[in-house]
Amino acid sequence: MEVTSRVLDPAKQARLLTALYIAQEQYGYLTPDSLKRVAERLDLPDAVVYGTASFYTLFRTRPVGHYVIQVCTGLSCYLAGGAERLVEYLERKLNVNAGDTTSDGLFTLQTVQCLAACGNAPAMRVNDELYDDLTIEKVDMLIDQLRERAERWMALRES
Amino acid sequence: MDGFERVLTRNVGIPNSETIAVYLDRGGYTALRKALQMSPDELIGMVKDSGLRGRGGAGFPAGLKWGFMPKGTMTKYMCVNTDEGEPGTFKDRLLVEHDPHSIIEGVIIAAYAVGASRAFVYIRGEFFLGVKRWIKAIDNAYAHGFLGKDILGSGFDLDVSVHRGAGAYICGEETALINSLEGKRGEPRIKPPYPAQTGFWNQPTLVHNVETLANIPHIVNRGSSWFKSIGTEQSTGPKLFSISGHVRRPGNYELPLGTPLSSIIYDCAEGMRGDRPLKAVIPGGASTPMLLADQVDIPMDFESLIQAGSMLGTGAIMVLEEGTCMIEVARRLMSFFAHESCGKCTPCRVGTLRLEEILARIVEGEGNPADIGLMEGICTGIDGNTLCPMGDAAVNPIRSSLQHFRDEYEYHIEHKQCKEA
Repeated sequence: MEVTSRVLDPAKQARLLTALYIAQEQYGYLTPDSLKRVAERLDLPDAVVYGTASFYTLFRTRPVGHYVIQVCTGLSCYLAGGAERLVEYLERKLNVNAGDTTSDGLFTLQTVQCLAACGNAPAMRVNDELYDDLTIEKVDMLIDQLRERAERWMALRES
Repeated sequence: MDGFERVLTRNVGIPNSETIAVYLDRGGYTALRKALQMSPDELIGMVKDSGLRGRGGAGFPAGLKWGFMPKGTMTKYMCVNTDEGEPGTFKDRLLVEHDPHSIIEGVIIAAYAVGASRAFVYIRGEFFLGVKRWIKAIDNAYAHGFLGKDILGSGFDLDVSVHRGAGAYICGEETALINSLEGKRGEPRIKPPYPAQTGFWNQPTLVHNVETLANIPHIVNRGSSWFKSIGTEQSTGPKLFSISGHVRRPGNYELPLGTPLSSIIYDCAEGMRGDRPLKAVIPGGASTPMLLADQVDIPMDFESLIQAGSMLGTGAIMVLEEGTCMIEVARRLMSFFAHESCGKCTPCRVGTLRLEEILARIVEGEGNPADIGLMEGICTGIDGNTLCPMGDAAVNPIRSSLQHFRDEYEYHIEHKQCKEA
């Protein structure tokens, strides 16, 4: 069997993280197919592309909901005394365990470590947006708004 | 602090402070004009003389770093570290969101001094607003001729672009950052060689934290003597302190280095938020050893904290009140390190995970008396045995908590519940 080693093009490899972000936007996560296409376009081995994608927590290789909620459970958010209650509240309200996606595919609930918002703890991110100084009431309103927005959008798409 | 003039945050709070119009209006980019009239060696000398030390955690003298960059015409790069992720730290986000041009001005001056023609801003993937602000600020700097070819007629060229990280604390370590920028897994490299010799694409690379860079225009404008008049002899200049935890007014406060910790807690943050007294303080971010209540008069500078057995780190102060379970605190910090260990070095990869497991079982009332010794042994196994400082960082908080609050650990293990409950 012939063994060949591939020389990677550094300029192409340097585009890998950006390419993965673009690919992820298509389906909300990196499908096996999109990983393959990234590898082809950048002339990189599949293993290098997958190995890099799996290193970073913001790249997902499993489907997620329309909204990804990331509640910070870092030390400052814990000390501020709200992070735990928020996670429990969201688990009940959305009827989902942290780490999972609601059955309607709308929300994925995750816990994360530190969002650099310790001065306004507790904090969370919904997709790319940061929300801080959170209370149960604020979160409640936000979830209802997001749900309404998604339902309107889906109705629009069907009509 | 009475009489202290805010330098780094002087534009924070002014409407539209992130725009180039406001920055120019407030005297922005005058330091750049001045710097381009100076020789690179003069600038390096000036920054060396100012005593400015890195604000990203390690506190390495900035002027020395500049001096390590080789002279000559080879391609040189610069990286702007905006990968703020140390729990408790939220100062860089403030600067990027509210005053990105002060950083860009620092970048251009530093690049000119070391002869870098290309700078990469590496920003934490979670900082969406920060990414937007960075990109807009860079576009506007190009439009005004502060970036690109022949900057302000000086003949100096510099291009800057923004790169998003993707959720890895380790990429705040300079060689991991460079690997990530190259499109690779963000694993640290063996040092030496240091980035100043072999960095991005194996070329000489200068890596700086954004707060460090934001100091540069002020040093150029007002001179190194002015800079040295702020702070202490070995820790010069202003510093952003992020304070959080059990205080009334958490937030970012800019103060001279050497300001007493008690003054930051009681004057700036208005003291403890409830009736309980202070129990312990983490003075410089999650990776720094804890201080006890009787140590709060300590001056917040590099040398005083080393002397007290801790570190200034990023200047992120986390305040804990009486009644806080120290094992739970240690467990949270360890969860962070276990999650963020890049996996390259076995002691850190396996050690942080085992420590997290042991701490979790103690918290849940399932600890056993041998656990304390076991944890100490694991700490010894990690400390000094990893390629990058993250191994030591992970060990710091738990070691200091075992040292100061050993009785709580013993009580927790014996009584299967918290002493503080």
